[in-house]
Amino acid sequence: MRHLTPINKKARHIAETTEQDVVALQGGPLTTPSGPHIPLGCTFVFSPGWETDASGGTAGLCQPVERDLFDCHITCFWPAHVPDLYNYAPDWTGKCASAQKDWRKIDLIFP
Amino acid sequence: MTLLRRGEYHAFDADGAPYVYLVPSAGVFRLDDTSAAVLDALGEQDLEPSELVRGLSDRFPVADLRATVEDLLNVRALRLVDRPVEAPVASPPRKRIPLTTLVMNVTSKCNLACTYCYEYGEDKIVEASRKPRFMNEETARQSVDFMFAESGESPMVHLTFFGGETLLNFKVLKSALAYAKERAVTLGKTVDTSLTTNATLLREEIIDWIVENDVGVTVSMDGGREQQDKFRIFSNGMGSYDVVLPNIRMLLERHRRRPVGARVTLTKQNLDVESIYRHLRDELGFWEVGFAPVTTSWQRDYAIQEDGFEAMLGQFQRLADEFLQYALAGKHHGFSNVRDTLEEIHKGMSKAYPCGAGLGLMGVATDGDVALCHRFAGSDSHKIGSVTGGVDRGKQEDFLMKHHIANKTDCSTCWARPLCAGGCYHEAHTRYGASERPNLHYCEWIRRWTDTCLQVYGTLAERRPEYLAQFDG
Repeated sequence: MRHLTPINKKARHIAETTEQDVVALQGGPLTTPSGPHIPLGCTFVFSPGWETDASGGTAGLCQPVERDLFDCHITCFWPAHVPDLYNYAPDWTGKCASAQKDWRKIDLIFP
Repeated sequence: MTLLRRGEYHAFDADGAPYVYLVPSAGVFRLDDTSAAVLDALGEQDLEPSELVRGLSDRFPVADLRATVEDLLNVRALRLVDRPVEAPVASPPRKRIPLTTLVMNVTSKCNLACTYCYEYGEDKIVEASRKPRFMNEETARQSVDFMFAESGESPMVHLTFFGGETLLNFKVLKSALAYAKERAVTLGKTVDTSLTTNATLLREEIIDWIVENDVGVTVSMDGGREQQDKFRIFSNGMGSYDVVLPNIRMLLERHRRRPVGARVTLTKQNLDVESIYRHLRDELGFWEVGFAPVTTSWQRDYAIQEDGFEAMLGQFQRLADEFLQYALAGKHHGFSNVRDTLEEIHKGMSKAYPCGAGLGLMGVATDGDVALCHRFAGSDSHKIGSVTGGVDRGKQEDFLMKHHIANKTDCSTCWARPLCAGGCYHEAHTRYGASERPNLHYCEWIRRWTDTCLQVYGTLAERRPEYLAQFDG
């Protein structure tokens, strides 16, 4: 956390809790017991889309599967699967106003 | 499409730097240029992350912006628009909260006849004539037993004597405290004692007892002679200043082991906070002075109206500034309203309830009925048990559910709710006839006062963090 400085006790507690979000696996298991771990991402709230529907397909989902493309930009574990929107491909989604209708307009990106 | 939006927080500046007070977590964070710019950019509209980053990329490195957005999302200063915000749900405490403070109303009688008194004045809620005027020794002992029985694992309990005028029942005070100390030794607990008095009856013998027993004292007093004698009068209309003055001098001179505080009731006619403070702190020598506006329905002559709240705020702010200068210089300042709020900010308290009434604090009436707090003691409609029968858990839970901040719709969009939580139940009862109502008449005042205290806090955190270390315990 470099751009926010925790000042009071509660802020320090929040900072400690969120700092533990990413753990390097080669570092071995955490030696101290961690507090409740709440990942921020699609598992944080019930955000249907990437699951399958009751029949094992995707037709019956309450939100279109294509919506995931946008749900995963920021917080989830997909950065390797979507183009780098900040540096190389800021306009990648430029033609896609509505994921449900326009997802075919999203093109492949070759860095 | 995922849009970013500002989360719930209050932004403030302290000592030239930008800060946020997060709601409802009550975390205080200092922003750097990048995080301040990100929040600023989202002030007018929600933005897609790539749009946001592009807009600021001429001022900050892209990697920094991305890291900042992540930080801000983590602490919830930002949120994703399509993620629902969890609605708070009222729930009783998961564990039983031990009783740590018992306020014993040892008498409902008073030798003064202060016009604004909530116990006797026009807004009284307790019909005192239906209850014994004095608590007897047996009920006092039973109250002490009740206190220890309800204190659970807590190693320390606070016993506070209150009235009426507490010292009218000195005999019972003495025996109750002696009994409490004896029980504490048997049970391996510590008992801390304090009392509130109008100081008219303080005499040598009583002061000796106070000193000997290390009793904390709060004196209800409104300022200098003219201020005190406006409302704090005897029933024949005579002012009480000249009676209390020598007593207070004697108390302050002899009771050196514990700080003695003054508690001032502000009214429309008595709003000169600074001169009251000067008199009580500088001239008389009280260790600290706390101010509270009179609790009353709005139409009373002494009720503080809107312009009065405005004037009061200005004076509070000036005294708060003085407090800050003293604290920066490592000196004690006695304006306790600031100190209390600083402590709550430092700990990051985010309250479900405005105070401990009905939870860790209860009040006992002269007949042994237990109520939410001393202000409701004796009111049948706010009774939650008795010292002999214990706490009625059903009633207590009912009370807690009804008064939870999640049920105060008006508070749900207010950034000051982690500290205010709707304000005093008794004030709400007097003003609106319902203790569960939030005190909407002073919302704006509370927000501005909280903002002032946050600024003091931020400045101290930056320039004299060791001052704040005293609240770490």
